[in-house]
Amino acid sequence: MNKLELQKIAVEVRKEIIAATHSAKAGHPGGSLSAADLFTYLYFEELHIDPKRPDMEDRDRFVLSKGHTSPGLYAALAHRGFFPVEDLLQFRHTGHYLQGHPDMKRVPGVDMSTGSLGQGLSTAVGMALAAKMDGKDYRVYAMCGDGEIQEGQIWEAAMFAGHHQLDNLVVIVDHNKLQIDGLVGEVCSPYPIDQKFEAFQFYALTIDGHDFDAMEEAFAKARELKGKPTVIIANTVKGNGVSFMENEPSWHGKAPNDAECEIAMEDLRKAGEALCQS
Amino acid sequence: MSIIENIKSRKKVATREGYGTTLVELGKEDNNVVVLDADLAAATRTGVFLESFPDRHINCGIAEANMAGIAAGLAVCGKIPFISSFAMFVAGRAFEQVRNTIGYPHLNVKIGATHAGISVGEDGASHQCNEDIALMRAIPGMTIVNPCDYIEAKAAVRAAYEQDGPFYLRFGRLAVPVLYDEEDYQFELGKGVVLREGKDVSIFATGLCVAETMLAAERLAEDGIDAEVINIHTIKPLDDALVVASASKTGRVFTVEEHSVIGGLGSAVSELLSEKHPIKVTRIGIQDIFGESGPALELLHKYGLDAEGIYQTIKAAVLSNK
Repeated sequence: MNKLELQKIAVEVRKEIIAATHSAKAGHPGGSLSAADLFTYLYFEELHIDPKRPDMEDRDRFVLSKGHTSPGLYAALAHRGFFPVEDLLQFRHTGHYLQGHPDMKRVPGVDMSTGSLGQGLSTAVGMALAAKMDGKDYRVYAMCGDGEIQEGQIWEAAMFAGHHQLDNLVVIVDHNKLQIDGLVGEVCSPYPIDQKFEAFQFYALTIDGHDFDAMEEAFAKARELKGKPTVIIANTVKGNGVSFMENEPSWHGKAPNDAECEIAMEDLRKAGEALCQS
Repeated sequence: MSIIENIKSRKKVATREGYGTTLVELGKEDNNVVVLDADLAAATRTGVFLESFPDRHINCGIAEANMAGIAAGLAVCGKIPFISSFAMFVAGRAFEQVRNTIGYPHLNVKIGATHAGISVGEDGASHQCNEDIALMRAIPGMTIVNPCDYIEAKAAVRAAYEQDGPFYLRFGRLAVPVLYDEEDYQFELGKGVVLREGKDVSIFATGLCVAETMLAAERLAEDGIDAEVINIHTIKPLDDALVVASASKTGRVFTVEEHSVIGGLGSAVSELLSEKHPIKVTRIGIQDIFGESGPALELLHKYGLDAEGIYQTIKAAVLSNK
């Protein structure tokens, strides 16, 4: 798929993030938008998956360790064909399957239930270890937030992954620089992120998390790098694509109201139009 | 020989020995059985599995939370992981990982918790987990088995393997009497075992307190108190029918456990009877306090959980009609 097509899909994913959180009157648009391009690339380019067979035995696995950004994951899964796009409007609604945080028992395509920060990476490490034990060549991807890596369990998991040389594991850090209470670097600095992972025996790559060419290069390199897991630190903008949400910590876990939803959709409609004219 | 004779005459064995032994058996039968430890393989008795199947033993280092998560990841890829540590750490420290990453998706992870209760002994209160059953009971879909001896421990490990879903196995450090004979013991998950029939009081006991309760019942009989002793190895799901039937028969209930009286067997029995057959229940266990250092047998005596203490508590309650 060429870059323009991916960009167009990413605009649609962003629209669904806004629509779903607006409909739910709750949810986490900021970190979903920052990771929207990453979700798009993973599900439309990188992951070996089959929407018709979400439980395919040797599929690549993806764990959204920063589970609160489920709207972005769900939007990518829906557009990829795992379930109807219309269902996204039932996100967080009582009795509906699209839970606030990813629920592997209810949502097709979700490989692990997550939501409590710091726990998803360990499960991805377990999956990568299982692949190694069974001599299988599927790969495992986990996405963490840059605030999430303040959780100690992330580093327990990183230490284990490095020790076991799990080169079939890719950790993506959505580095949007913001957490609920403000700048990640001011709340409790995790920096330098790359050197920390390197010290835990990872290869560390840093990219622009909104640049599909950079993603293509980094994920390809991660497949080639042997003997260690890889972390891709993706520099992103929280709220990316919606003018008034960008770099605003307040949009971490708040849904847009009707008027805000209209503005956001207008922003995204224009972005989509610009892509069509390019 | 009878159970009471077995208790008095046989060499004592810790239930954790049954954990390691049975894991090796299961490892031979099923390549998907994997065992995880957090730097306590010798103490949890999983060291024998490591010796037999080094490729399927995963030492996570001193990181119980990560161990729980790794097990979840292994389980979704078809493995049957047994995670092993002291109850304090695998149920206590890793509670939220067990709740959210194993319990919520109902994954096929087995939790082998050793060194439970006050009989940890000299290590003291920091290591004496009297709260694990309470924590695990509160997780929807969690099965909890607290075996009373080596034979029952072996059967419980096999039952955990055979049932799909999260499973909490509680083992002790202390060598305890072997009540059962392996040849003829039929372990039935979720079913209590009437070890002694009686008409005056029902005593529901679990874990190492079962043998002590049997000895206490013998002395109660000498005093003319005919106690029914029931071994509740499966605390969740509780054998509701048996508990209600025995309580209805005797009209007076005691529970005995090496666990806090809050949230454990005593709570489970009280909750059930308050709804199905309201009746007086006395909970014998750790009375909402932390433990302390000391030899296990001395501590069990001090906290009233040996045969003498159980006998005295029940006799006093029956005689004073309290």
